[in-house]
Amino acid sequence: MEAPIVSSYIVMAGALAVLLNSAAVVVYVERRVAAFIQNRVGPNRVGPFGLFQPLADVIKLIFKEDVTPIYGNRTLHTLAPMFPVITALITVAVIPFGDGLFITNINVGVLFILAVTSLGVYGVTMAGWASNSKYSLLGGLRAAAQMLSYELPLGMAIASVVLFAASLSMVDIVNSQLYWWHVFVNPIGAIIFIIAAFAEANRTPFDLVEAEQELVGGFHTEYSSMKFGMFFLAEYMHVVIGSMLITTFFFGGYHLPFAGYYAHLLPEAGTWLKAMLDIAVFLGKTGFFVFLFIWVRWTIPRFKYTQLMSLGWSKLLPLSILNFAVIAFILMLIHG
Amino acid sequence: METFFFVFIATFAICTALAMIFSGSTVNSALYLVLHMLSISGFYLLLQAQFLAVIQILVYAGAIMVLFLFVIMVLNLGEDDTLKSHINFKEIFAFLLGVVVLAQLLYIVGGYSGVLPELTVEQAKAVGTVEAIGDELFTTFLLPFEVTAILLTAAVVGAMLLAQKTSNVED
Amino acid sequence: MLSDFGSILLFMIAGVLFVAIALFVSKLVRPHRPNADKLSTYECGEEPIGDARIQFNNRFYIIGLMFLIFEVEILLLFPWAMVFQDLGWYAFSAMFVFVFLIFIGFIYELGKGHLKWDLPSPAVPEYVEGVGVVERDIRTEDDEFESDGGLTFK
Repeated sequence: MEAPIVSSYIVMAGALAVLLNSAAVVVYVERRVAAFIQNRVGPNRVGPFGLFQPLADVIKLIFKEDVTPIYGNRTLHTLAPMFPVITALITVAVIPFGDGLFITNINVGVLFILAVTSLGVYGVTMAGWASNSKYSLLGGLRAAAQMLSYELPLGMAIASVVLFAASLSMVDIVNSQLYWWHVFVNPIGAIIFIIAAFAEANRTPFDLVEAEQELVGGFHTEYSSMKFGMFFLAEYMHVVIGSMLITTFFFGGYHLPFAGYYAHLLPEAGTWLKAMLDIAVFLGKTGFFVFLFIWVRWTIPRFKYTQLMSLGWSKLLPLSILNFAVIAFILMLIHG
Repeated sequence: METFFFVFIATFAICTALAMIFSGSTVNSALYLVLHMLSISGFYLLLQAQFLAVIQILVYAGAIMVLFLFVIMVLNLGEDDTLKSHINFKEIFAFLLGVVVLAQLLYIVGGYSGVLPELTVEQAKAVGTVEAIGDELFTTFLLPFEVTAILLTAAVVGAMLLAQKTSNVED
Repeated sequence: MLSDFGSILLFMIAGVLFVAIALFVSKLVRPHRPNADKLSTYECGEEPIGDARIQFNNRFYIIGLMFLIFEVEILLLFPWAMVFQDLGWYAFSAMFVFVFLIFIGFIYELGKGHLKWDLPSPAVPEYVEGVGVVERDIRTEDDEFESDGGLTFK
């Protein structure tokens, strides 16, 4: 029993390092892709191709003076940046990266992800409230209402995945996609999930939370220095995690499409090689969805708040419930 | 190990509960209550009831407490002591009511001590899973389950009617 | 099972440590030169007016409430989604009755317009030849305005 414990620590440390560094990579990629889309050059001075730009940004943030507004609540103002970082980190604990490569496989993994998502509301609300600035408070409240509203379609989309997998464990959900990815059998659920994931990550077109033109910086208007850095880091960590969740729930996790039909025809790979291939497939898909997040941000304009709310409540929610019911009915006809 | 975790979580739960009661600001109180809810879900985990533990976080910490925060902010109860009553009569009444409820609780719990079945860890694990709860919920407890739906619908309609009275004025 | 959740606890501790260390390192090296202007609330260069913690629209409260009710519904769907293929049509129809009952409430709210986030429609004065100045509701004129809160003018 000793060996698996040691290796699980290695997986754990690896996952932590990958997640924290991926945020830096995504920041760099976002700026380069944005520059490409807008026909600019983008950061290219620090290191080869500007690769050390995120490092330079971190050093700059560390040396910036921290300003905490005196009218606000000092303790909450300091504690608020912790929330988004922690929720991002503990979500990654239940995501399987490869065959047998996961940090923990709890029986209620899916519900755990929903629970952690629902706790994400507190970070923005606390930040908005503690700053005691009009922009911050409005941004925080908008964020809270938006995250609550889109958590419902998100939950229903995940429930329609559970119908196929008949399990709440993330590993079982990935393995149920060995033959058919869920996006092929449940495309409406996949679209709803992707839209809701964009809204939960507060990314364009749903970034009403920090709509610069009307709210300055939204809930982090009064944040500076490393405290702002934490919110910044968390935003990109949530982009990575959103991509990982889309991959895991709908795009087969670490499986190739229809792998079950031809996997036995392929030559047997060694344990290490197989692990590397699994991780490569998983990270490849995740990378694509990170790119999708960036692509959408620099292509689609922002919604209005009324449009956002009406999309969430009067369109996505009934549609997701209907999708769930229809899938359940068809599955019952086939298997019942 | 389990005892250590129990003592740790129990201390945490009691501390946050006390902090919630004695905290001067309503927002701080609400946030302490969130921490208290999280520690209660820790108790459920120790009892192998995974589904309940997650539900505790999702419904209580994730939904009800957000609603509390919204209400506090809508009513604009800031750092001041708006909620503190200055009438002694109310405090005495509340204390007496608390004693009565405590006595009731002790009576009920006392009546059941020793009646609970002794479960091994494996049995407890089997009872706490989502499958087991689903099986029971949709066979034995189907009627209460359906009644829950009616209750929820009534709650939706009622809450909206109450909220609407004020929303007309505000617009 | 404790160890399953133990690794999540480890991740949580790692997160707290990471943030704490980052903030602490930054505290050691950064300058600290406060003054009254820096520390006041930011309002685009204007003097801050009043307190930020105003009473806001109770639509947010309605959203919170609706979320709570639907969250409970979704959570009850999860155990059903796991076992419905074993329990047969009886349990299947039971869940549909449940969803239907919740949906009645939802449709009631939609119909009553509680979930609409449109702004109150202003009466806009307009000069009409031969009649004089009349006030008209810009939103009732054209259904297209309904969706964006009546803020756009053609």
